[in-house]
Amino acid sequence: MATFRILHKMLRCGIVSEPQPASDDDRAEFARLHDELRQVFGRAPVIRHVDAGSCNGCELEIHALNGPHYNIEGLGIRFAASPRHADVLLVTGPVSAHLETALRRSYDATPDPKWVIAMGDCACDGGLFGPSYASRGRVANVIPVDVELRGCPPGPLALLRAIRDVVRRPPVGSSRV
Amino acid sequence: METRLGDLELTLTPQGEDALWRFSLTPARLPSFARAIRDEGGQLLALWGSDGRPSGGSFALDTVFLSSLGLIWARCALDTDRPAYPDLAGLFPQAGRMQRATRDLLGIVAEGAEDTRKWLRHDAWAADVYPLRKDFDAAAASAGGGGDDGYAFVRVAGEGVHEIPVGPIHAGVIEPGHFRFSVVGEKVLRLEERLGYTHKGIEKRFEGMDLVTGARLAGRVSGDSHSAYAWAYCQAVEAALGVAVPARALWLRALMLEMERVANHLGDLGYLGNDVALTFGFNQFWRLKEDWLRLGAQLFGHRYLFDHIVPGGVAVDPPSLDPLRVACVRLHDEVAELRSIYDEHAGVQDRFAHTGTVRPDLAARLGLAGLAGRASGQAWDLRVQYAHAPYDQLDVRMATGLRGDVAARVELRFVELAESLRLIGEIVRRLPAGPCRSEVCAHGQNAEGLGWVEGWRGPVLVSVHIGTDGRLERVHPHDPSWQNWPLLELAILGNIVPDFPLINKSFNLSYSGQDL
Repeated sequence: MATFRILHKMLRCGIVSEPQPASDDDRAEFARLHDELRQVFGRAPVIRHVDAGSCNGCELEIHALNGPHYNIEGLGIRFAASPRHADVLLVTGPVSAHLETALRRSYDATPDPKWVIAMGDCACDGGLFGPSYASRGRVANVIPVDVELRGCPPGPLALLRAIRDVVRRPPVGSSRV
Repeated sequence: METRLGDLELTLTPQGEDALWRFSLTPARLPSFARAIRDEGGQLLALWGSDGRPSGGSFALDTVFLSSLGLIWARCALDTDRPAYPDLAGLFPQAGRMQRATRDLLGIVAEGAEDTRKWLRHDAWAADVYPLRKDFDAAAASAGGGGDDGYAFVRVAGEGVHEIPVGPIHAGVIEPGHFRFSVVGEKVLRLEERLGYTHKGIEKRFEGMDLVTGARLAGRVSGDSHSAYAWAYCQAVEAALGVAVPARALWLRALMLEMERVANHLGDLGYLGNDVALTFGFNQFWRLKEDWLRLGAQLFGHRYLFDHIVPGGVAVDPPSLDPLRVACVRLHDEVAELRSIYDEHAGVQDRFAHTGTVRPDLAARLGLAGLAGRASGQAWDLRVQYAHAPYDQLDVRMATGLRGDVAARVELRFVELAESLRLIGEIVRRLPAGPCRSEVCAHGQNAEGLGWVEGWRGPVLVSVHIGTDGRLERVHPHDPSWQNWPLLELAILGNIVPDFPLINKSFNLSYSGQDL
């Protein structure tokens, strides 16, 4: 019975994956993003998220990007459970002192070539938390950063754009350390 | 006002027109006072300290209790040279970690406490340095980066027992913390949490900040509870300075708070489906959540309604809220349909039922709060018992359950989601006309206030002390996760390791809100 109702609901909902955004501009941009990501990768970019001390606001938008509207797995983008499986580290928050070592280890554990996105105002400049006795401030104070994505929090489309931008750059990886 | 609590005679000073009482006592009287509260069925909600020495005072310990009289904010002035007070964790176990944190940050000691290990401090500052003391020198903080600091976990010994350490960085997109499981086979014998990884010095950061920026920082104590914190902070500032907030602003704040509750419950219901392999549930609820967030952005200019609650009122007044009413009706029907699918699905119910149970007697003894508390028979909701405007005019219907398992916490979310949609409809329909912001002026004297808001997770408290320069002297934000994290350690006992993510998600506690 539940199965029948699930199927019924799925059929009625149809596919909500974009294009189905708020305006025509967004729709065109979204289609362009899809194409560009396919061109750059032609394979699956794997992302490892590292919360280095965020307020959990940025995490809300990372979750949203994983929702059905954005269909990132359809683009081959995948979030991995380990930095050892990742191409891109997506780092949120000001880096708390207590997580500095964990962040460095995650970076070291990510195989080359690798890219780092600093997501959110705190990751870009420390935000309201700044550097303090308990915070190292921006992510770039601790590990090399390729792209800084501002916003509090940056929305899913902006995040997708940052993923596209970062992989267009030559990977730096160990050459920068 | 003179009153009695048990065999204690109290003199209480009300804060404004609200259901809050202020009260001072000596540290020696604290245990008998706390016992009287406990004996009548009350709870300890928060405990924190402060350093009032520079403004001519002393160290102080603050506590907030839920009681039949209302909320009671009790303060003990402490000795300047050796600040200490008698342990409260024997009476209210939820005090334990708050007491340890107060020691880490201020060097204020709970005498006679059983667990004297550090809590928020790892290795970023030394044991004899206290960041929240006014004479703290940030340059003297150590350069420790959170490696192994030799924290004494409790070891479980015995044949076949082994440990599974998890974190601080977890496998999913969640906040960092460390879990130490002691297991035999798949069965969990003990879970010990180690938190404090996201400690970023929020309370210190508030010191010297202006009142408007303070609201932005308060809203980022735990981003998923932005409106709850921003409102509690502003309520505290307004109480301290005697600011009358326009009715329309209060109603709009409630609207934002309920929208935040809806967004979080939608997300959680999706993930709870996901964690029992019903990806259909995840996709459906996240479709609904995304539509909801976009509506928020369309009406308020921000998907999570950030920075709209400001001291004195609200910073945004949407021209029309009609789309919200329409959306509420549609969302109500869709959620009801999905609820009946969750309820009917045998595989889902098999995983939800009797998993991660916290029985009501345990919940009462350890002070389980908020949504998780209500799912274990703890009938507290600040919107109901300690209602301030506009909740005193909204007749919130509190949801409770008695089973205390994952299924109960799922059901609570469904019921509260429906109630929030009803409240949003009511608010939009009855929204008073008029201005939505008053002027806020500091008056050059020390002023204090407390704000309390029932966020989606549970009771959020913010205490504010404004100095003579009109800037923030001390702010303490309190998250319900403080009292609920220890219950998660008990909810998992006897369950199997693979059910931990599900149980954890059913509580969905804040790391940042607790770590500060």
